[in-house]
Amino acid sequence: MAKILMKGNEALGAAAIKAGCKYFFGYPITPQNELPEYMSREMPKNGGVFLQAESELAAINMVYGAAGTGARVMTSSSSPGVALKQEGISYIAGAQLPCVIVNISRGGPGLGGIQPSQADYFQSTRGGGNGDYRLLVYAPATLQEAVDLVMEAFEAADFYRNPVMVLGDGMIGQMMEPVEFKEPTKRELPPKDWATTGTDMKRSPNIINSLSLDAAELERMNINLKEKYDLMEKNEVRYEIFNMENAELVMVSYGTTSRIVKNAIAALKKEGINVGLIRPITLYPFPNKAFDEIPDTVKSLLSVEMSMGQMIDDIKIASNGRWPVDFYGRSGGMIPKPDDIVAKVKEIIGGAK
Amino acid sequence: MTVVFQRTKGLTEKPYHYCPGCTHGIIHRLVGEVLEELGVLGKAIGVAPVGCSVLAYDYFNCDMHEAAHGRAPAVATGVKRVLPDHVVFTYQGDGDLASIGTAEVIHAAHRGEKITTIFVNNAIYGMTGGQMAPTTLIGQKSTTSPYGREVSHSGMPLKISEMMATIAGAVFVERVSVDTPANIRKAKKVIKKAFEVQLEGKGFGIVEVLSTCPTNWGMTPTESLKWLQDNMMPYYPLGNFRTPEEVK
Repeated sequence: MAKILMKGNEALGAAAIKAGCKYFFGYPITPQNELPEYMSREMPKNGGVFLQAESELAAINMVYGAAGTGARVMTSSSSPGVALKQEGISYIAGAQLPCVIVNISRGGPGLGGIQPSQADYFQSTRGGGNGDYRLLVYAPATLQEAVDLVMEAFEAADFYRNPVMVLGDGMIGQMMEPVEFKEPTKRELPPKDWATTGTDMKRSPNIINSLSLDAAELERMNINLKEKYDLMEKNEVRYEIFNMENAELVMVSYGTTSRIVKNAIAALKKEGINVGLIRPITLYPFPNKAFDEIPDTVKSLLSVEMSMGQMIDDIKIASNGRWPVDFYGRSGGMIPKPDDIVAKVKEIIGGAK
Repeated sequence: MTVVFQRTKGLTEKPYHYCPGCTHGIIHRLVGEVLEELGVLGKAIGVAPVGCSVLAYDYFNCDMHEAAHGRAPAVATGVKRVLPDHVVFTYQGDGDLASIGTAEVIHAAHRGEKITTIFVNNAIYGMTGGQMAPTTLIGQKSTTSPYGREVSHSGMPLKISEMMATIAGAVFVERVSVDTPANIRKAKKVIKKAFEVQLEGKGFGIVEVLSTCPTNWGMTPTESLKWLQDNMMPYYPLGNFRTPEEVK
């Protein structure tokens, strides 16, 4: 199949439609506006519905309603808008409904900036909404990966009956790369007999709900959710290992930042310094087992993020004390430069060989 | 033996948790009866609020969806956009609709979402123990207006029906009361019209139902009915504010 040169935001929309997404509820916010705009043009052509809601809060609640009927539904936003959605995301997770949420993240906190950042790692992996729930979080580094992961996201969401997040950043949303829309890998999915499609007077009512005033029942609900997340941790981890052989330091980086890290690795290699990369593709579940593949030559880890260091905790948990964990990052929409990453690595390992 | 009255098929057999004298019981029955009589129970999907009627999903005999506080019209929008041939309704109190959820109900009406909203107005937050609501009357005491609501501090009570009637998409807007048997019968007719507006695809319909809350008003059920008549009705007049010609 031929590759098409597309803008990230639009490619995400096209991938969703290809995956059978028929309902999109969104709201304008930079830098993801091209996604709802694309959906407003393309959804009607594909027998779907696009609706611009009055707020991100309303949009996620529309997603909640549509998801309850069993439909494949999506919303997108950027960091401050995703903050608004947290209530709805918690309800969707609590009610065990599938949906896909795209976050094209920008600088924060608060209104922040409109340039790319990775400062929503905590928001994505540590809840954001209330209660014991997790999101399956995909972090693509290229537009091809973004397109593939959006399609996977709908399958995973239906399989786990859980919201799935695709976390890009302003660069993923705005840049153009060639993408190919392959047939998504289908999972074996049970029928959605829990959906609110009307009883037809042939069955008892289906109730979509996350409330339980009975503590024992609510505990059971939470245990059910935990079992799903345990299954995700067992089966859904994705990561890339790069240049690990004889590495003396391993960088950990995801999304577009990882591509800059690879440039730095190439530059270091020219100077005879071997540095590896662990690139998480799922942020939750975090690729703990990737750290078991680190060779004995490695003396330390370096987290490289477009944030003040939100992934450090997960790296330390995965390391379990085996290596010191350092950090290099830029914030506010500043993009890390390969030279600066090279300098940081040299600072840690003590100069060129 | 002739059956002269029985529970409508629109309600389940679950006993209500509502307080003695609470008008939710009556209003639930009216909605259930209307859905049954219109023959749409099998394709009805209701959205329950947060408030005393949070457990409405256990009482209506149709598919139900529990919404976050105030968000029912947005949830209903999601449902109706996926299932346009189904009958989608929200059932909300005044804390839910007139406070936290005002944006959602206005915008659902503004878009002309073909849903029906049953708005139960008892001028107070019931479930959480009697706090002031945007619909609480001037001078009315509540747990967060212990000296009585004051205009200079909290503004005048919000007239939802009057406000909704200014929105083009809100094609059916009427305020009713369930304080007397006559008013209850009228309320049922109005609720039926509101659902017919949805069935005919005309647009958004809202029925505001003046209701009592004996527990949080600190009165007996009969005293509450009198308080509603003497205090709420003058400020919240009953009547139709908007109706499409076809349903008149």
